[in-house]
Amino acid sequence: MMELLTFGDTGWGDELLLSMVMTILVSTSSLAFGLLIGTIFASFKLSNSYILKTIAEFYTTVVRGVPELLVIYLLFFGGSGAVMYVAKIFGHMGYIELSPFTIGTIAVGAISGAYSTEVIRGAILAVPKGQFEAARTLGMKKYALSFTIIFPQVARLALPGIGNVWQVTLKDTALISVTGLVEIMRQSKIAAGSTHEPFLFYTVAIILYLFITSISYQFFNRAETKFSKGFVREDA
Amino acid sequence: MRFDLMYESFFKIIQGIPLTLEVVFLSTIFGLFFAIIIALMRVSENKLLSNPAYYFIYVIRGTPLLLQLFFIYYGLAQFTFIRESFLWFFLEDPLFCGILTLTLSTAAYSAEIIRGGMQSVAPGLIEAASSMGMSKMQRLRKIILPITIRQALPAYGNELILMVKATSLISIVTLMEITGIARTIISKTYAPVEIFIVAGSIYLLINFLITRLIKFSENKLNHGTIQ
Repeated sequence: MMELLTFGDTGWGDELLLSMVMTILVSTSSLAFGLLIGTIFASFKLSNSYILKTIAEFYTTVVRGVPELLVIYLLFFGGSGAVMYVAKIFGHMGYIELSPFTIGTIAVGAISGAYSTEVIRGAILAVPKGQFEAARTLGMKKYALSFTIIFPQVARLALPGIGNVWQVTLKDTALISVTGLVEIMRQSKIAAGSTHEPFLFYTVAIILYLFITSISYQFFNRAETKFSKGFVREDA
Repeated sequence: MRFDLMYESFFKIIQGIPLTLEVVFLSTIFGLFFAIIIALMRVSENKLLSNPAYYFIYVIRGTPLLLQLFFIYYGLAQFTFIRESFLWFFLEDPLFCGILTLTLSTAAYSAEIIRGGMQSVAPGLIEAASSMGMSKMQRLRKIILPITIRQALPAYGNELILMVKATSLISIVTLMEITGIARTIISKTYAPVEIFIVAGSIYLLINFLITRLIKFSENKLNHGTIQ
């Protein structure tokens, strides 16, 4: 049975390893895309504009209240159409097809972004008011203040929350397998189907996911320690 | 926007609501039962009890739900001894496998929520209870559990919403609940936006009602406590 996991033409070892790389790639790009969306919508939520606040509130409520799978189906079936619609406005005619990787990144990124919004919003609110006031007193402009004073602190405060979002995002990427992207879930399904050994390959998939989650858990713990150098933990 | 299509598909999609709610209800009830047991094992000082609970939670929380579902539905079916045993009667049924997977999943997540709630019970309360001569069971039933429930309720409300969303996965093993029906209509009509709005609104409504219910119970349970 174990020869099925060897590398080369006869075994599935190399395919599974590649699929793990794909899972990590698509999770990372989804998280990055989600953080970008999250930063934008967090600033919307904290702005004084009623319209921006409502838009951000609508986005997080819908994405967090609707199944991930439904969001993926929306983009899988509707993503290319939306892109072509936008392209038409700019004068581009013809057919555009998005790759499963792009659709996956947009879909999981949009889901991850809703959770990131809350994490980043919380982190911005956790920066002491005095920091803003002190920077303004020193005559700093809005952008200088955001980038040199607030952003580094937000990054540190948001890190534990981002760690949680990462774990959720990583697991959500398994759902992209329905669009045909060959990541761990899809690859183990293909292998299980063609060898009639589903138990073996799903067990391997479980181990691969646990491996990624454990490694990233360590990574985030280390990053937290590194970023909190010089700070006294308030809960200690 | 094709409103006629939305109107038509609305009546098709609502036929999936009973199945969604049935799966949520059953998995939540069974899951909560196991969660309490797992949480008690997890806080136990006996390693033989706490270690299995720890690893169970570790594996469930570290892997995607879809993989767990496939492992139970397809993975276990590989063995002849399972297919020949009485278990096969249950395991060949996608609905049973779906409910089993969701039960195990919510049991692990809820166990952590309950553990968090238990650890928030002030040690002084437990000491006071034992100095009044309460037995271990009495302390658990009369002091620890009521406070735990109150502490854990907001987080448990979130877990319930995650459960409603998670039921959509059983559509992948051929069950026609809300998402399953929505997917079928999308692939026939190619109107993803319209169907998403209809199916999404139904989920949002269910989750809104759950949020209200949890808020209502929170207010009830917090009656007489200072916030």
